[in-house]
Amino acid sequence: MILATSIHIALAILILALILTAIRVIIGPTLADRVLALDQLVAIAIGFIAVVAVKTGFELYIDIALALGLVGFLTTAAFARYIHVKAGREGKS
Amino acid sequence: MTGSLFEIVIAILLLCGSLLALVAALGLFRLPDLFTRMHASSKAGTAGSGLLLLGVAMQSGEIEVWIKCLLTAGFFVLTAPVAAHLLAKAAVRAGAKLPGIEESDHN
Repeated sequence: MILATSIHIALAILILALILTAIRVIIGPTLADRVLALDQLVAIAIGFIAVVAVKTGFELYIDIALALGLVGFLTTAAFARYIHVKAGREGKS
Repeated sequence: MTGSLFEIVIAILLLCGSLLALVAALGLFRLPDLFTRMHASSKAGTAGSGLLLLGVAMQSGEIEVWIKCLLTAGFFVLTAPVAAHLLAKAAVRAGAKLPGIEESDHN
């Protein structure tokens, strides 16, 4: 009973966090802000997966969370590299 | 009795984790510039996901799930600072500025 209630509250809070982060993705003034918000979006999605795993009792979801964490790190690193190289090129020319 | 105690612990973990994720999102939404936003999201976000994963591990109790959850949380703890550092370095090179710091201090 207490667990089911807290799962629903946690899902509601995570939805609120997801909406706030999505607004930052849309309005973020620079590209770096958007990349940071996307990184945070991945973190919240992993939390979401964890809550759903508790709700359904299906532990296979944790594998998805692990894969999503790996992909999220790689995306952030690749985007940071892109910003870095682009800034270097613009500085030279 | 132990079952209900476990349920209370899992409920507290889930609520704390999701509240930390909300704090991270709120910081990302409200704070004024890139570096303060980074400070909010990379710490509170990591802690939030870690607590939620710990909740899954507590609920299952199997050694396999514990290992997977701790691996995921540990990976997150290892990579979040690296990603934030790479992004901050790239942003400084692209011309992001901290308010209150003179141009000559940047180098």
